Amino acid sequence: MQEQSDTPLKRTPLYDQHVACGAKMVPFAGYEMPVQYPLGIMAEHRHTRAQAGLFDVSHMGQVRVTGADPARAIESLVPGDIQALAPGRMRYTLFTNETGGILDDLIVTRRADDLFVVVNADCKEQDFAHMQAGMAGDATVEMLDDRALLALQGPAAAAVLARHAPDSGSLVFMSAAAMPVAGIDCFVTRSGYTGEDGFEISVPADRAADLFGVLTGEAEVEPIGLGARDSLRLEAGLCLYGHDIDTTTTPVEAGLSWAINKRRREEGGFPGADVILKQLADGPSRRRVGIRPEGRAPAREGADIVDKDGAVVGKVTSGGFGPTVEGPIAMGYVPVALAAPGTPVGLVVRGRTLTAEVVKTPFVAQRYAKG
Amino acid sequence: MSGTKFTEDHEWISVDGDVGTVGISDYAQEQLGDVVFVELPEVGRQLEKGGEAAVVESVKAASEIYAPASGEVTEINDSLEDAPATVNQSPFGDGWFFKIKLSDPDELDALMDEAAYKSFVEGLE
Repeated sequence: MQEQSDTPLKRTPLYDQHVACGAKMVPFAGYEMPVQYPLGIMAEHRHTRAQAGLFDVSHMGQVRVTGADPARAIESLVPGDIQALAPGRMRYTLFTNETGGILDDLIVTRRADDLFVVVNADCKEQDFAHMQAGMAGDATVEMLDDRALLALQGPAAAAVLARHAPDSGSLVFMSAAAMPVAGIDCFVTRSGYTGEDGFEISVPADRAADLFGVLTGEAEVEPIGLGARDSLRLEAGLCLYGHDIDTTTTPVEAGLSWAINKRRREEGGFPGADVILKQLADGPSRRRVGIRPEGRAPAREGADIVDKDGAVVGKVTSGGFGPTVEGPIAMGYVPVALAAPGTPVGLVVRGRTLTAEVVKTPFVAQRYAKG
Repeated sequence: MSGTKFTEDHEWISVDGDVGTVGISDYAQEQLGDVVFVELPEVGRQLEKGGEAAVVESVKAASEIYAPASGEVTEINDSLEDAPATVNQSPFGDGWFFKIKLSDPDELDALMDEAAYKSFVEGLE
């Protein structure tokens, strides 16, 4: 995440809460964000997998798209079948460019009268301009700067939220509804970025602190920083934009072909469709894979991936230590000939080659409430 | 901790005769967070004062550890291989990194004593 040192950092509506909780604040995507609390990344990670963690993700972009047919309009920018979504259902999709690269990944929720879109913090200004330009005349795009976003994740998330929002129990994975949470009007989706069951709660900015207080007041809930958010999503095999996917990777190479729905494959009509549909038909030349190094030494982003002869065949795009796996884990791109699980590869760390193996992702089984 | 000297990079060295034991300070382990792996130098390696001596990996990042003084590595703390978190739990005790036979004990004169290091750290916060 590049920082522009000449721009002052922004704060989310929960800045004071983070400081009061003893968070270590770091610059991230133009915001001062909590990277960890006194519990520490390892314990925060494990707590989320064991009980429930509360994440401030208010730095992400929340966008409302309105118009005569916003689902049809946004399909000119993404390869997902948005028109097929029933109101209250949501889908992971991608902004692609003309060469089939990925501009950002996002979640689109269809509501009765609009689309609710959540995009990455680092890309939100660019995405907003892209949506405005790409849907001009067909839809109106509005940045919801007056809302905060909280993620409540983990096996206890449903029980905790049910105490304050009884209606939340009716949501299954990738569905959404407006409902009061602790008496505050919120928009709740059953989704997340940890591989666990959980919710993302869009709340008016001026009530975010109240909601944060209510939820962290529950015995099962600890506030969790960006450090554990990253290790949780890596174990869950989920891509981080700007690292595992970017304008140089296509959805097919990234293993995200499942996000290109059948009708869109037949009809095309999204940026880079010619490149992407050809890759779908012919197969890509490289693929994103999971990699497990032997031993305990982590291989970080940027480490070379080598084949058995020591030739460099790719690079690690995310890598670190998985607290639940209790060992190092990584993702990166390799030629398809080396992409099968079980293929031995090497990862070059500080001039030495670690023995490693291509593995299936996720590294830790996802536990979504599919209903 | 009397007789222990500190660097501005938060390593400590405690000298017994001409052998110095090296580790990282409590402040350093706190800043690094949960240590998941320590790469130690090989026994017999010649270290230069200020040169790269070890690497500490936390969940988040890798950090280099520099030699507080010049000398030959005589022993390393093998127990960190299976229990890297010892660095967090006991940075001045069982979490030591390696021992070196000092080639120039006078180099230590330039390092901070405990009181000086304490005020150095306070200045960082």
